[in-house]
Amino acid sequence: MRVSMDLELKDIPGQLVLALKPVSEFKGNLISVVHHHEKKTPRGKIPVHLVFEIKSDHLDNIISLLEESGISVVSVDEKRYLEHGAVILIGHIVHTDIKDTIDKIDNTGYAEIVDLNLAMPRVNRPSSASLKIDAVSKQHMSAAIELLKSIAREKDLLVIEPIGVN
Amino acid sequence: MKTIRASIIGFGAVGQGVAKVLLGKSEYLRSIGIDMKVVAIADSRTSVIDPHGVDLASAISRKKDTGTVGSETVSGTEIIRTVDHELVIETTPTNIETGGVGLVNMMTAFERGMDVVTSNKGPLALKYGDVMEAAKKSGSNCRFEATVGGAMPVINLACDVLAGNRIISMEGIFNGTCNYILSRMMEEQAPYEQMLAEAQELGIAEKDPSYDVEGIDTASKLVIVANSIFGMNASYKDVTVTGITRITPEALSLANADGFAIKLIGEVNDSRINVAPKLVPLSHPLAVGGTLNVFSVQTDLAGPITITGRGAGSIETASAILSDIIGIYKI
Repeated sequence: MRVSMDLELKDIPGQLVLALKPVSEFKGNLISVVHHHEKKTPRGKIPVHLVFEIKSDHLDNIISLLEESGISVVSVDEKRYLEHGAVILIGHIVHTDIKDTIDKIDNTGYAEIVDLNLAMPRVNRPSSASLKIDAVSKQHMSAAIELLKSIAREKDLLVIEPIGVN
Repeated sequence: MKTIRASIIGFGAVGQGVAKVLLGKSEYLRSIGIDMKVVAIADSRTSVIDPHGVDLASAISRKKDTGTVGSETVSGTEIIRTVDHELVIETTPTNIETGGVGLVNMMTAFERGMDVVTSNKGPLALKYGDVMEAAKKSGSNCRFEATVGGAMPVINLACDVLAGNRIISMEGIFNGTCNYILSRMMEEQAPYEQMLAEAQELGIAEKDPSYDVEGIDTASKLVIVANSIFGMNASYKDVTVTGITRITPEALSLANADGFAIKLIGEVNDSRINVAPKLVPLSHPLAVGGTLNVFSVQTDLAGPITITGRGAGSIETASAILSDIIGIYKI
Protein backbone atom coordinates (compact mmCIF):
# COMPACT_ATOMS: atom_id res chain seq x y z
CA MET A 1 0.00 0.00 0.00
CA ARG A 2 0.97 3.60 -0.39
CA VAL A 3 1.47 5.68 2.77
CA SER A 4 1.63 9.43 3.04
CA MET A 5 3.13 10.61 6.34
CA ASP A 6 3.77 13.98 8.01
CA LEU A 7 6.68 14.07 10.47
CA GLU A 8 8.30 16.75 12.58
CA LEU A 9 12.08 16.64 13.02
CA LYS A 10 14.33 18.37 15.53
CA ASP A 11 16.45 21.06 13.89
CA ILE A 12 19.76 19.25 14.43
CA PRO A 13 22.00 17.42 11.94
CA GLY A 14 21.23 13.77 11.03
CA GLN A 15 17.51 13.87 11.67
CA LEU A 16 16.37 13.27 8.09
CA VAL A 17 18.51 10.14 7.77
CA LEU A 18 17.08 8.95 11.08
CA ALA A 19 13.57 9.47 9.72
CA LEU A 20 14.20 7.51 6.51
CA LYS A 21 16.03 4.60 8.11
CA PRO A 22 12.94 2.71 9.39
CA VAL A 23 11.32 2.91 5.94
CA SER A 24 14.39 1.39 4.34
CA GLU A 25 14.75 -1.22 7.10
CA PHE A 26 11.31 -2.61 6.32
CA LYS A 27 12.00 -2.54 2.59
CA GLY A 28 9.70 0.37 1.87
CA ASN A 29 9.91 2.08 -1.49
CA LEU A 30 10.28 5.85 -1.09
CA ILE A 31 8.24 7.83 -3.59
CA SER A 32 8.91 11.34 -2.34
CA VAL A 33 10.51 13.27 0.53
CA VAL A 34 9.75 16.95 1.01
CA HIS A 35 11.81 18.69 3.66
CA HIS A 36 10.28 22.05 4.69
CA HIS A 37 13.32 23.62 6.33
CA GLU A 38 11.95 27.11 5.82
CA LYS A 39 8.58 26.36 7.47
CA LYS A 40 9.48 25.75 11.10
CA THR A 41 6.62 24.88 13.45
CA PRO A 42 5.91 27.09 16.51
CA ARG A 43 7.79 24.46 18.52
CA GLY A 44 10.86 25.02 16.31
CA LYS A 45 10.60 21.67 14.55
CA ILE A 46 10.93 21.01 10.82
CA PRO A 47 7.99 19.46 8.94
CA VAL A 48 8.79 16.61 6.53
CA HIS A 49 6.34 14.94 4.19
CA LEU A 50 7.09 11.35 3.15
CA VAL A 51 5.34 9.14 0.62
CA PHE A 52 6.33 5.49 0.35
CA GLU A 53 5.02 2.04 -0.57
CA ILE A 54 5.20 -0.67 2.04
CA LYS A 55 3.63 -4.01 2.92
CA SER A 56 0.69 -3.12 5.15
CA ASP A 57 1.80 -5.24 8.15
CA HIS A 58 5.06 -3.26 8.44
CA LEU A 59 3.50 0.17 8.88
CA ASP A 60 3.03 -0.08 12.66
CA ASN A 61 6.67 -1.12 13.10
CA ILE A 62 7.85 1.89 11.14
CA ILE A 63 5.73 4.26 13.23
CA SER A 64 7.06 2.81 16.53
CA LEU A 65 10.67 2.99 15.32
CA LEU A 66 10.20 6.64 14.33
CA GLU A 67 8.67 7.51 17.68
CA GLU A 68 11.42 5.65 19.55
CA SER A 69 14.02 7.81 17.83
CA GLY A 70 12.24 10.97 18.97
CA ILE A 71 10.56 11.87 15.71
CA SER A 72 6.95 13.05 15.99
CA VAL A 73 4.54 11.35 13.61
CA VAL A 74 1.89 14.00 13.04
CA SER A 75 -0.34 12.23 10.56
CA VAL A 76 -0.49 8.96 8.61
CA ASP A 77 -2.65 8.55 5.54
CA GLU A 78 -2.82 5.09 4.07
CA LYS A 79 -3.98 4.45 0.60
CA ARG A 80 -4.55 0.76 0.44
CA TYR A 81 -5.85 0.43 -3.09
CA LEU A 82 -3.54 1.59 -5.83
CA GLU A 83 -5.38 -0.02 -8.75
CA HIS A 84 -8.77 1.09 -10.01
CA GLY A 85 -10.59 -0.98 -12.57
CA ALA A 86 -13.96 -1.26 -14.24
CA VAL A 87 -15.86 -4.21 -15.64
CA ILE A 88 -19.29 -4.68 -17.18
CA LEU A 89 -21.60 -7.54 -16.23
CA ILE A 90 -24.52 -8.75 -18.35
CA GLY A 91 -27.17 -11.29 -17.35
CA HIS A 92 -29.59 -11.90 -14.51
CA ILE A 93 -27.33 -10.05 -12.13
CA VAL A 94 -29.79 -9.32 -9.32
CA HIS A 95 -31.61 -12.66 -9.37
CA THR A 96 -28.37 -14.58 -9.12
CA ASP A 97 -27.72 -12.97 -5.72
CA ILE A 98 -25.87 -9.75 -6.37
CA LYS A 99 -24.93 -9.52 -2.68
CA ASP A 100 -23.11 -12.83 -2.88
CA THR A 101 -21.24 -11.70 -6.00
CA ILE A 102 -20.06 -8.52 -4.30
CA ASP A 103 -19.25 -10.25 -0.99
CA LYS A 104 -17.03 -12.80 -2.72
CA ILE A 105 -14.86 -10.02 -4.13
CA ASP A 106 -14.93 -7.90 -0.95
CA ASN A 107 -13.97 -10.93 1.16
CA THR A 108 -10.73 -11.48 -0.75
CA GLY A 109 -9.02 -8.85 1.39
CA TYR A 110 -7.17 -7.53 -1.66
CA ALA A 111 -10.01 -6.09 -3.73
CA GLU A 112 -13.35 -4.40 -3.24
CA ILE A 113 -16.34 -3.46 -5.36
CA VAL A 114 -16.56 0.29 -4.73
CA ASP A 115 -19.30 1.31 -7.16
CA LEU A 116 -22.12 -0.34 -9.04
CA ASN A 117 -24.44 1.04 -11.69
CA LEU A 118 -27.31 -1.17 -12.69
CA ALA A 119 -29.63 -0.99 -15.68
CA MET A 120 -32.68 -3.28 -15.66
CA PRO A 121 -34.63 -2.60 -18.84
CA ARG A 122 -37.53 -5.02 -18.40
CA VAL A 123 -38.53 -8.03 -16.33
CA ASN A 124 -37.03 -11.22 -17.79
CA ARG A 125 -34.58 -9.25 -19.92
CA PRO A 126 -30.95 -9.46 -18.92
CA SER A 127 -29.65 -6.59 -16.77
CA SER A 128 -26.38 -4.79 -17.32
CA ALA A 129 -24.11 -3.37 -14.64
CA SER A 130 -20.89 -1.47 -14.50
CA LEU A 131 -18.70 -2.33 -11.53
CA LYS A 132 -15.77 -0.36 -10.22
CA ILE A 133 -13.16 -2.47 -8.51
CA ASP A 134 -10.29 -1.24 -6.35
CA ALA A 135 -7.39 -3.57 -5.72
CA VAL A 136 -4.11 -3.51 -3.86
CA SER A 137 -1.94 -4.01 -6.96
CA LYS A 138 -2.12 -4.89 -10.65
CA GLN A 139 -1.70 -8.58 -9.89
CA HIS A 140 -4.50 -8.44 -7.34
CA MET A 141 -6.72 -6.68 -9.88
CA SER A 142 -6.16 -9.53 -12.35
CA ALA A 143 -6.88 -12.03 -9.61
CA ALA A 144 -10.10 -10.20 -8.63
CA ILE A 145 -11.29 -10.15 -12.25
CA GLU A 146 -10.46 -13.86 -12.65
CA LEU A 147 -12.46 -14.57 -9.50
CA LEU A 148 -15.37 -12.50 -10.83
CA LYS A 149 -15.23 -14.46 -14.09
CA SER A 150 -15.41 -17.78 -12.28
CA ILE A 151 -18.40 -16.54 -10.22
CA ALA A 152 -19.97 -15.34 -13.46
CA ARG A 153 -19.55 -18.74 -15.09
CA GLU A 154 -21.53 -20.36 -12.27
CA LYS A 155 -24.25 -17.72 -12.52
CA ASP A 156 -24.28 -17.56 -16.33
CA LEU A 157 -23.26 -13.90 -16.41
CA LEU A 158 -21.05 -12.35 -19.07
CA VAL A 159 -18.05 -10.37 -17.77
CA ILE A 160 -16.57 -7.76 -20.07
CA GLU A 161 -13.13 -6.84 -18.80
CA PRO A 162 -10.81 -4.07 -19.97
CA ILE A 163 -8.17 -4.90 -22.58
CA GLY A 164 -4.67 -5.57 -21.35
CA VAL A 165 -5.58 -6.72 -17.83
CA ASN A 166 -3.65 -9.98 -18.07
CA MET B 1 9.69 -11.17 -68.00
CA LYS B 2 8.33 -14.25 -66.22
CA THR B 3 5.01 -15.66 -67.41
CA ILE B 4 2.94 -16.97 -64.51
CA ARG B 5 0.01 -19.17 -65.43
CA ALA B 6 -2.65 -19.04 -62.74
CA SER B 7 -6.07 -20.44 -61.95
CA ILE B 8 -8.71 -18.69 -59.86
CA ILE B 9 -10.59 -21.37 -57.96
CA GLY B 10 -13.71 -19.86 -56.40
CA PHE B 11 -15.35 -16.98 -58.22
CA GLY B 12 -17.45 -15.23 -55.59
CA ALA B 13 -16.79 -11.70 -54.35
CA VAL B 14 -13.09 -12.33 -53.64
CA GLY B 15 -12.37 -14.31 -56.84
CA GLN B 16 -14.01 -11.62 -58.96
CA GLY B 17 -12.10 -8.95 -57.05
CA VAL B 18 -8.86 -10.76 -57.91
CA ALA B 19 -9.84 -10.84 -61.61
CA LYS B 20 -10.59 -7.10 -61.55
CA VAL B 21 -7.34 -6.29 -59.78
CA LEU B 22 -5.26 -8.46 -62.14
CA LEU B 23 -6.91 -6.70 -65.10
CA GLY B 24 -6.32 -3.24 -63.68
CA LYS B 25 -2.75 -3.96 -62.58
CA SER B 26 -1.51 -5.98 -65.57
CA GLU B 27 0.63 -3.08 -66.85
CA TYR B 28 2.17 -2.58 -63.44
CA LEU B 29 2.82 -6.31 -63.01
CA ARG B 30 4.59 -6.41 -66.37
CA SER B 31 6.69 -3.41 -65.31
CA ILE B 32 8.04 -5.46 -62.40
CA GLY B 33 8.65 -8.51 -64.60
CA ILE B 34 5.48 -10.52 -63.98
CA ASP B 35 3.26 -11.51 -66.91
CA MET B 36 0.11 -12.94 -65.29
CA LYS B 37 -1.96 -15.26 -67.43
CA VAL B 38 -5.13 -16.71 -65.91
CA VAL B 39 -5.62 -20.04 -67.68
CA ALA B 40 -8.68 -21.25 -65.76
CA ILE B 41 -11.45 -19.96 -63.51
CA ALA B 42 -13.90 -22.14 -61.59
CA ASP B 43 -16.95 -21.28 -59.54
CA SER B 44 -18.96 -23.80 -57.54
CA ARG B 45 -20.75 -25.20 -60.61
CA THR B 46 -18.94 -24.22 -63.81
CA SER B 47 -15.55 -23.30 -65.18
CA VAL B 48 -13.74 -21.73 -68.10
CA ILE B 49 -10.37 -23.01 -69.29
CA ASP B 50 -8.10 -21.44 -71.91
CA PRO B 51 -4.37 -22.25 -72.03
CA HIS B 52 -3.82 -19.00 -73.98
CA GLY B 53 -5.38 -16.93 -71.21
CA VAL B 54 -8.98 -16.42 -70.15
CA ASP B 55 -10.46 -13.03 -71.05
CA LEU B 56 -10.97 -11.70 -67.51
CA ALA B 57 -13.31 -8.85 -68.45
CA SER B 58 -15.78 -11.14 -70.18
CA ALA B 59 -15.50 -13.73 -67.39
CA ILE B 60 -16.50 -11.06 -64.86
CA SER B 61 -19.45 -9.84 -66.94
CA ARG B 62 -20.59 -13.40 -67.72
CA LYS B 63 -20.60 -14.18 -64.00
CA LYS B 64 -22.56 -11.00 -63.34
CA ASP B 65 -25.14 -11.66 -66.07
CA THR B 66 -25.66 -15.40 -65.82
CA GLY B 67 -24.45 -16.24 -62.33
CA THR B 68 -21.91 -18.71 -63.73
CA VAL B 69 -18.41 -18.14 -64.99
CA GLY B 70 -18.31 -20.61 -67.90
CA SER B 71 -19.90 -23.43 -69.81
CA GLU B 72 -17.68 -26.28 -68.75
CA THR B 73 -18.33 -28.42 -65.70
CA VAL B 74 -14.75 -29.32 -64.84
CA SER B 75 -14.37 -28.76 -61.07
CA GLY B 76 -11.75 -26.54 -59.48
CA THR B 77 -9.91 -29.53 -58.05
CA GLU B 78 -9.93 -31.18 -61.48
CA ILE B 79 -8.48 -28.01 -63.03
CA ILE B 80 -5.63 -28.04 -60.51
CA ARG B 81 -5.02 -31.69 -61.31
CA THR B 82 -5.13 -31.47 -65.10
CA VAL B 83 -4.44 -27.95 -66.41
CA ASP B 84 -0.78 -26.93 -66.61
CA HIS B 85 -0.09 -23.83 -64.49
CA GLU B 86 2.14 -22.58 -61.69
CA LEU B 87 -0.16 -20.70 -59.31
CA VAL B 88 -3.49 -21.58 -57.74
CA ILE B 89 -5.42 -18.57 -56.39
CA GLU B 90 -7.72 -20.33 -53.94
CA THR B 91 -10.74 -18.17 -53.08
CA THR B 92 -13.43 -20.75 -52.30
CA PRO B 93 -15.62 -20.06 -49.24
CA THR B 94 -14.31 -20.98 -45.79
CA ASN B 95 -15.52 -24.20 -44.23
CA ILE B 96 -14.39 -24.28 -40.62
CA GLU B 97 -15.70 -27.80 -39.84
CA THR B 98 -13.77 -29.81 -42.43
CA GLY B 99 -11.65 -27.33 -44.39
CA GLY B 100 -13.97 -28.11 -47.30
CA VAL B 101 -12.98 -28.15 -50.94
CA GLY B 102 -10.34 -25.48 -50.21
CA LEU B 103 -8.24 -27.99 -48.27
CA VAL B 104 -8.50 -30.55 -51.08
CA ASN B 105 -7.56 -27.89 -53.64
CA MET B 106 -4.53 -26.74 -51.71
CA MET B 107 -3.24 -30.25 -51.04
CA THR B 108 -3.74 -31.18 -54.71
CA ALA B 109 -1.81 -28.09 -55.78
CA PHE B 110 1.09 -28.97 -53.51
CA GLU B 111 1.14 -32.56 -54.78
CA ARG B 112 1.76 -31.10 -58.22
CA GLY B 113 4.40 -28.66 -56.96
CA MET B 114 2.25 -25.59 -57.58
CA ASP B 115 2.23 -22.38 -55.53
CA VAL B 116 -0.92 -21.34 -53.64
CA VAL B 117 -2.18 -17.91 -52.64
CA THR B 118 -5.41 -18.11 -50.67
CA SER B 119 -8.08 -16.14 -48.83
CA ASN B 120 -9.62 -19.31 -47.42
CA LYS B 121 -9.29 -19.54 -43.63
CA GLY B 122 -10.69 -23.06 -43.15
CA PRO B 123 -7.74 -25.20 -44.29
CA LEU B 124 -5.21 -23.10 -42.36
CA ALA B 125 -7.26 -22.76 -39.18
CA LEU B 126 -7.82 -26.52 -39.10
CA LYS B 127 -4.69 -28.07 -40.58
CA TYR B 128 -1.99 -25.41 -40.60
CA GLY B 129 0.80 -27.89 -39.85
CA ASP B 130 -0.26 -30.40 -42.53
CA VAL B 131 -0.73 -27.69 -45.16
CA MET B 132 2.67 -26.12 -44.54
CA GLU B 133 4.36 -29.50 -44.40
CA ALA B 134 2.87 -30.44 -47.79
CA ALA B 135 3.95 -27.10 -49.29
CA LYS B 136 7.47 -27.51 -47.94
CA LYS B 137 7.77 -31.08 -49.19
CA SER B 138 6.97 -30.07 -52.75
CA GLY B 139 8.94 -26.82 -52.63
CA SER B 140 5.75 -24.82 -53.16
CA ASN B 141 5.04 -21.33 -51.88
CA CYS B 142 1.93 -20.92 -49.74
CA ARG B 143 0.82 -17.39 -48.94
CA PHE B 144 -2.31 -16.40 -47.06
CA GLU B 145 -2.21 -12.70 -46.14
CA ALA B 146 -5.84 -12.37 -47.29
CA THR B 147 -7.08 -14.81 -44.64
CA VAL B 148 -6.50 -12.34 -41.80
CA GLY B 149 -7.71 -8.76 -41.75
CA GLY B 150 -8.56 -8.29 -45.44
CA ALA B 151 -6.57 -5.35 -46.76
CA MET B 152 -4.56 -4.90 -43.54
CA PRO B 153 -1.06 -6.34 -43.71
CA VAL B 154 -0.91 -8.69 -40.72
CA ILE B 155 1.07 -11.83 -41.56
CA ASN B 156 3.49 -10.15 -43.96
CA LEU B 157 3.94 -7.20 -41.58
CA ALA B 158 4.96 -9.45 -38.73
CA CYS B 159 6.96 -11.96 -40.77
CA ASP B 160 8.68 -9.75 -43.35
CA VAL B 161 8.51 -6.06 -42.52
CA LEU B 162 9.19 -6.50 -38.80
CA ALA B 163 11.73 -9.27 -39.39
CA GLY B 164 14.15 -9.56 -36.48
CA ASN B 165 11.59 -8.38 -33.95
CA ARG B 166 10.07 -10.84 -31.54
CA ILE B 167 6.30 -10.45 -31.58
CA ILE B 168 5.26 -10.57 -27.93
CA SER B 169 1.50 -10.25 -28.31
CA MET B 170 -1.17 -9.20 -30.74
CA GLU B 171 -4.67 -7.91 -30.10
CA GLY B 172 -7.28 -6.31 -32.26
CA ILE B 173 -10.62 -6.25 -34.01
CA PHE B 174 -10.60 -8.81 -36.82
CA ASN B 175 -14.29 -8.85 -37.74
CA GLY B 176 -15.97 -5.86 -39.37
CA THR B 177 -19.49 -7.25 -38.99
CA CYS B 178 -19.22 -7.39 -35.20
CA ASN B 179 -17.58 -3.99 -35.08
CA TYR B 180 -20.40 -2.51 -37.17
CA ILE B 181 -23.15 -4.03 -35.00
CA LEU B 182 -21.54 -2.92 -31.72
CA SER B 183 -20.79 0.59 -33.02
CA ARG B 184 -24.36 1.01 -34.25
CA MET B 185 -25.90 -0.39 -31.04
CA MET B 186 -24.00 2.29 -29.14
CA GLU B 187 -24.97 5.08 -31.53
CA GLU B 188 -28.65 4.20 -31.70
CA GLN B 189 -29.07 2.73 -28.21
CA ALA B 190 -30.73 -0.13 -30.03
CA PRO B 191 -30.82 -3.83 -29.18
CA TYR B 192 -28.54 -6.37 -30.84
CA GLU B 193 -31.31 -7.97 -32.94
CA GLN B 194 -32.26 -4.64 -34.52
CA MET B 195 -28.71 -3.69 -35.52
CA LEU B 196 -28.02 -7.21 -36.78
CA ALA B 197 -31.07 -6.82 -39.05
CA GLU B 198 -29.73 -3.48 -40.29
CA ALA B 199 -26.31 -5.04 -40.99
CA GLN B 200 -27.98 -7.87 -42.91
CA GLU B 201 -29.99 -5.35 -44.92
CA LEU B 202 -26.77 -3.57 -45.88
CA GLY B 203 -25.01 -6.80 -46.79
CA ILE B 204 -22.53 -6.36 -43.92
CA ALA B 205 -23.84 -9.46 -42.11
CA GLU B 206 -24.72 -12.83 -43.66
CA LYS B 207 -28.24 -14.30 -43.49
CA ASP B 208 -26.82 -16.81 -41.03
CA PRO B 209 -24.62 -14.45 -39.02
CA SER B 210 -23.40 -17.00 -36.48
CA TYR B 211 -19.97 -17.37 -38.08
CA ASP B 212 -19.27 -13.67 -37.45
CA VAL B 213 -21.25 -12.83 -34.30
CA GLU B 214 -20.31 -15.97 -32.35
CA GLY B 215 -16.65 -15.07 -32.81
CA ILE B 216 -15.85 -18.10 -35.01
CA ASP B 217 -14.42 -15.96 -37.82
CA THR B 218 -12.18 -14.03 -35.41
CA ALA B 219 -11.07 -17.28 -33.76
CA SER B 220 -10.08 -18.83 -37.13
CA LYS B 221 -8.00 -15.78 -37.97
CA LEU B 222 -6.29 -15.92 -34.57
CA VAL B 223 -5.37 -19.56 -35.11
CA ILE B 224 -3.66 -18.61 -38.38
CA VAL B 225 -1.85 -15.75 -36.61
CA ALA B 226 -0.85 -18.02 -33.71
CA ASN B 227 0.61 -20.61 -36.07
CA SER B 228 2.27 -18.37 -38.61
CA ILE B 229 3.51 -15.53 -36.41
CA PHE B 230 3.84 -17.10 -32.96
CA GLY B 231 5.03 -20.48 -34.21
CA MET B 232 2.38 -22.35 -32.23
CA ASN B 233 0.81 -25.59 -33.30
CA ALA B 234 -2.71 -24.44 -32.50
CA SER B 235 -6.05 -25.38 -33.96
CA TYR B 236 -9.50 -23.92 -33.66
CA LYS B 237 -10.31 -25.92 -30.52
CA ASP B 238 -7.49 -24.17 -28.62
CA VAL B 239 -9.28 -20.82 -28.77
CA THR B 240 -11.61 -19.64 -26.00
CA VAL B 241 -14.43 -17.85 -27.76
CA THR B 242 -17.21 -15.53 -26.57
CA GLY B 243 -19.30 -13.74 -29.19
CA ILE B 244 -21.31 -10.53 -29.10
CA THR B 245 -24.88 -11.86 -29.05
CA ARG B 246 -25.41 -11.17 -25.34
CA ILE B 247 -24.27 -7.54 -25.44
CA THR B 248 -27.03 -5.11 -24.45
CA PRO B 249 -27.41 -1.42 -25.36
CA GLU B 250 -27.46 -0.69 -21.61
CA ALA B 251 -24.03 -2.30 -21.24
CA LEU B 252 -22.70 -0.14 -24.05
CA SER B 253 -24.08 3.02 -22.38
CA LEU B 254 -22.70 2.12 -18.96
CA ALA B 255 -19.31 1.43 -20.54
CA ASN B 256 -19.46 4.67 -22.48
CA ALA B 257 -20.22 6.62 -19.29
CA ASP B 258 -16.99 5.20 -17.84
CA GLY B 259 -15.03 6.14 -20.97
CA PHE B 260 -15.04 2.75 -22.70
CA ALA B 261 -16.33 1.20 -25.91
CA ILE B 262 -17.16 -2.51 -26.07
CA LYS B 263 -15.39 -4.30 -28.93
CA LEU B 264 -14.97 -7.93 -29.92
CA ILE B 265 -11.25 -8.32 -29.31
CA GLY B 266 -9.08 -11.18 -30.47
CA GLU B 267 -5.78 -11.63 -28.66
CA VAL B 268 -2.82 -13.93 -29.06
CA ASN B 269 0.21 -14.22 -26.83
CA ASP B 270 2.55 -17.03 -25.84
CA SER B 271 0.09 -18.53 -23.41
CA ARG B 272 -3.34 -18.07 -24.91
CA ILE B 273 -5.62 -17.41 -27.85
CA ASN B 274 -8.80 -15.67 -26.82
CA VAL B 275 -11.81 -13.99 -28.43
CA ALA B 276 -14.15 -11.99 -26.19
CA PRO B 277 -15.93 -8.66 -25.94
CA LYS B 278 -13.66 -6.28 -24.04
CA LEU B 279 -13.74 -2.74 -22.69
CA VAL B 280 -11.54 -0.50 -24.82
CA PRO B 281 -10.82 3.07 -23.61
CA LEU B 282 -12.45 5.51 -26.06
CA SER B 283 -9.11 7.20 -26.69
CA HIS B 284 -7.28 3.89 -27.32
CA PRO B 285 -5.99 3.18 -30.86
CA LEU B 286 -8.08 -0.02 -30.96
CA ALA B 287 -11.34 1.94 -30.48
CA VAL B 288 -12.16 2.24 -34.19
CA GLY B 289 -15.78 2.31 -35.37
CA GLY B 290 -17.89 1.17 -38.29
CA THR B 291 -16.74 -1.92 -40.16
CA LEU B 292 -13.03 -1.13 -39.69
CA ASN B 293 -10.56 -3.69 -38.48
CA VAL B 294 -7.53 -2.83 -36.36
CA PHE B 295 -4.74 -4.62 -34.57
CA SER B 296 -1.72 -3.85 -32.42
CA VAL B 297 1.40 -5.96 -32.16
CA GLN B 298 3.80 -5.62 -29.25
CA THR B 299 7.36 -6.18 -30.42
CA ASP B 300 10.60 -6.37 -28.48
CA LEU B 301 12.49 -3.81 -30.57
CA ALA B 302 9.94 -1.64 -32.36
CA GLY B 303 7.53 -1.39 -29.41
CA PRO B 304 3.82 -1.28 -30.20
CA ILE B 305 2.66 -0.98 -33.81
CA THR B 306 -0.98 -0.43 -34.69
CA ILE B 307 -2.56 -0.85 -38.12
CA THR B 308 -6.14 -0.11 -39.04
CA GLY B 309 -7.94 -0.73 -42.31
CA ARG B 310 -10.71 -2.46 -44.15
CA GLY B 311 -11.01 -6.03 -43.01
CA ALA B 312 -13.23 -7.28 -45.83
CA GLY B 313 -14.54 -6.42 -49.26
CA SER B 314 -13.78 -7.89 -52.64
CA ILE B 315 -11.15 -5.43 -53.91
CA GLU B 316 -9.61 -4.98 -50.46
CA THR B 317 -9.12 -8.73 -50.03
CA ALA B 318 -7.82 -8.96 -53.60
CA SER B 319 -5.24 -6.34 -52.65
CA ALA B 320 -3.81 -8.74 -50.07
CA ILE B 321 -3.82 -11.57 -52.62
CA LEU B 322 -2.00 -9.38 -55.16
CA SER B 323 0.68 -8.48 -52.63
CA ASP B 324 1.22 -12.19 -51.95
CA ILE B 325 1.53 -12.93 -55.68
CA ILE B 326 4.08 -10.14 -56.09
CA GLY B 327 5.88 -11.37 -52.97
CA ILE B 328 6.37 -14.78 -54.58
CA TYR B 329 7.26 -13.81 -58.14
CA LYS B 330 8.92 -10.41 -58.05
CA ILE B 331 12.43 -10.74 -59.43
